[in-house]
Amino acid sequence: MNLNVPTMSEMLAKGETPEILFWVGCAGSFDDRAKKITKALVKILNNCKVNFAVLGAEESCTGDPARRAGNEFTFQMQAMMNIQVLDGYQVKKIVTACPHCFNTLKNEYPELGGNYEVIHHTQLIQDLINTGKLSLEGNQTFKGKKITFHDPCYLGRANDVYEAPRALIERLDAELVEMKRCKTNGLCCGAGGAQMFKEAEKGNKEINLERTEDAIETAANIIATGCPFCNTMMTDGVKNFNKENEIVVMDVAELIANAAEL
Amino acid sequence: MGRAIDRSDRPSERWKTMFLVAFGQKKMFSRPFVALLHLALYSAFVITQIELLEIMVDGFTGHHRIFYESLGSLYTFAISFIEVLSVLAFIATIIFLARRNLLKLPRLNMKELAGWPKKDANLILIMELILILCIFTMNGTDEVLYGRGGSHVAFEKGHFGFAVSSWFGPLVFDGLTVETLRVLERIGWWGHLTMVFVFLNYLPYSKHLHILLAFPNTYFSNLNAKGKISNMEAVTQEVKLMMDPTADPYAATEPSDAVPQRFGAKDVNDLTWKNLLDAYSCTECGRCTSACPANQTGKLLSPRKIMMDTRDRLMEVGEGGLEDGKSLLGDYITEEEIWACTSCNACVQECPVNIDPLSIIIDLRRYLVMEESKMPTELTGMLTNIENNGAPWQFAQSDRLNWAQEES
Repeated sequence: MNLNVPTMSEMLAKGETPEILFWVGCAGSFDDRAKKITKALVKILNNCKVNFAVLGAEESCTGDPARRAGNEFTFQMQAMMNIQVLDGYQVKKIVTACPHCFNTLKNEYPELGGNYEVIHHTQLIQDLINTGKLSLEGNQTFKGKKITFHDPCYLGRANDVYEAPRALIERLDAELVEMKRCKTNGLCCGAGGAQMFKEAEKGNKEINLERTEDAIETAANIIATGCPFCNTMMTDGVKNFNKENEIVVMDVAELIANAAEL
Repeated sequence: MGRAIDRSDRPSERWKTMFLVAFGQKKMFSRPFVALLHLALYSAFVITQIELLEIMVDGFTGHHRIFYESLGSLYTFAISFIEVLSVLAFIATIIFLARRNLLKLPRLNMKELAGWPKKDANLILIMELILILCIFTMNGTDEVLYGRGGSHVAFEKGHFGFAVSSWFGPLVFDGLTVETLRVLERIGWWGHLTMVFVFLNYLPYSKHLHILLAFPNTYFSNLNAKGKISNMEAVTQEVKLMMDPTADPYAATEPSDAVPQRFGAKDVNDLTWKNLLDAYSCTECGRCTSACPANQTGKLLSPRKIMMDTRDRLMEVGEGGLEDGKSLLGDYITEEEIWACTSCNACVQECPVNIDPLSIIIDLRRYLVMEESKMPTELTGMLTNIENNGAPWQFAQSDRLNWAQEES
C-alpha cells in the first residue's frame, strides 16, 4: 500500500491547509523501529482520510533532550526556529507519536510564543474510533492475546494521559493486563531525561531490565507502548531475557493498524 | 534568599490543593496502611490542641479543667474522642518505631539517614510517646481522684467517664494514695505542657517541621503539567536577539539594575524560594527515593538526599555564609547523582507534600552544562547533532522524510 504523506510546503503550493500537522519527531523519522510506528499511524490517517501534512525536511528536533540535559540555549534555539516554521504555516493543531515531542510542544512552546493544540496519536486514534471514522468491528488479529501497556512517563505522569491508550487496547479482541506498577506508579523505561543518548550511571541493574521484568510477570504476549524510546528500551529488555519469540513490543498505533488490517 | 518564582496565580486551585493534599493527606493514601497510621497520629495531634488549650488556660487562670462545668457531656465526649485517637496514635507510633528500628524497612534505613536523621526521627517518635503518656497519666489519676472525691474539679465524689481513662485509671493507679495521685496528676500536666514547649522549640531544627510547612508548601505547589520544565527568561532574551535579523550587533546593551545571575544552580542561593521551602518541608519519608528508577537499580541518585542536602547546605550557609568555599553541587550533591536522573517525575508524583526534587536536579545540570561545559561526553555529541542537523543523532535534516519512500 502506498502511503500518502503530503508535506506542508506541497499543501501550501496547492493553496490548501491541512486540519492537523503530524509531527513525526527524530525517532519517528530516523530510527528503523520507530519508522514502522510512523507508517502505521500514516496508514490509519490515510484510511480515515484525515487531512494532514508533515513538515518533512523542515521539521527539526523539538529540543526536549537538550533542555533535559541542561542546555537551555540549544533548547530555546530549536524551539524558536520550530515555532517560526509552525507559525509560518499557521499550524493550529498537532498530533505526534512521541510523548517527548508531545510534552515539549504542548507545555513548553507556549512560553516561547508557540500556541498549538497538541494531541498524542493515541488520543487522535481514539477520536477517529469514537466518531466512527475507524472501525475495528469484528477484529480478531489479537484474539486470545494478553497485552500489557507500559505508560511512557512523558505521556502519563507528565501529562496525565492514561486512558486513551488503554481504551484503544480494550477495543481489540485481547485481554489488557496491568503491570504491578502502572499509571501514576508506572516505572520509567530508563530513556527519559536525555538518558537515551548516554550510558547509564554506575548501578547494579539497567532500568529497562527492571521494567521488562514487570512486563514479563504479567505473562503478556505483547508489550504495548506509546513512545518510540520506551519501545527501544522494552525491545532491548525482552531480547536480554531471550524472550523475543514469546513477547513482542508494539506501539498502540501498530496494534490498531494491524487490527484494522491496514 | 532564593530566586523569584511566581506562585500567586490560581488561588482557588491552590487552596483546593492545600485542602486535599495537606489537610486531607490525599497523596499519603497511595500506601493505605501507613496512611491510616499517619492519619491516626495527625488527627490525634490536631484534636489534642483542645486539651492543650485547656491546660494552658488552667495554667494561667489557676483553674482545674475549666471547660468541664460549662461544657458538661460535650466535655466528656471531646476528651473521650481525644483519648481514643491518642490510643491509636500511640499504637501507630510504636509501629513506626518498629518499622525503623526492628523491621528495618529499606526505605527508612538508607545510607543518607545514617546518624542525625535517624536519631531525629526516633526522637520525634519518642517525644510523641511521652506526650501521650502524660495525657493518660493526667486523665487516669484524675479519674481515680474524682472517684475518691479528691479531684480539684469538684469537692465531691464523681466520675468523668472518659472513654479510656475511666478504666485505664483504676487499672493502673488504684493502689496509690490521694497524695501520690495528685503528684502524678501534676507530673502528667506539667509533663505534657513541658513536652509541648520542648517539641515546639525542637521543630525548626527537625525534619518534623513538615507538620507546619506541609500547608504552605502544598499551597505553593507547581500547578503546571509535571512534564513542563521552567523556562529561563534570561536565555529567551539572548535567543530572541540572535534570531532577530534587525537587531544591531554593535548596539550597547541596555543598562539594567538586575544582578547578573548564574545559569542554573551551583549553590542554594541559585535555587528558587520554592525549592528551599521544599527542602524545609521534607520529612525524609523516602517515598520519592523508593519510587526512583535510578535508585532502584543501584545508582547513586536519591531524590530524598537531594532535598536533605539542600536543607543541610542551607543551614550551613545560614551560619557561615555563602563564601565558605563550599557549594551544594560538589560538596553535597555529586555530578554522578544528577546525571542518573531520567526526569520521569516518579519522585514528584510520590511526594505527599508536593515537593519537586526534579527541578533542583535540572537546575544543577543547567549550571554544569552552561557554566562549566561539563557533561557526560555522549551528551556533548547529542547536543552537537541537534545544533548541526536538528536531531540527536547524526542524520541529515534533508533526509527526514525518507521513511515515506522506503519499503517497510
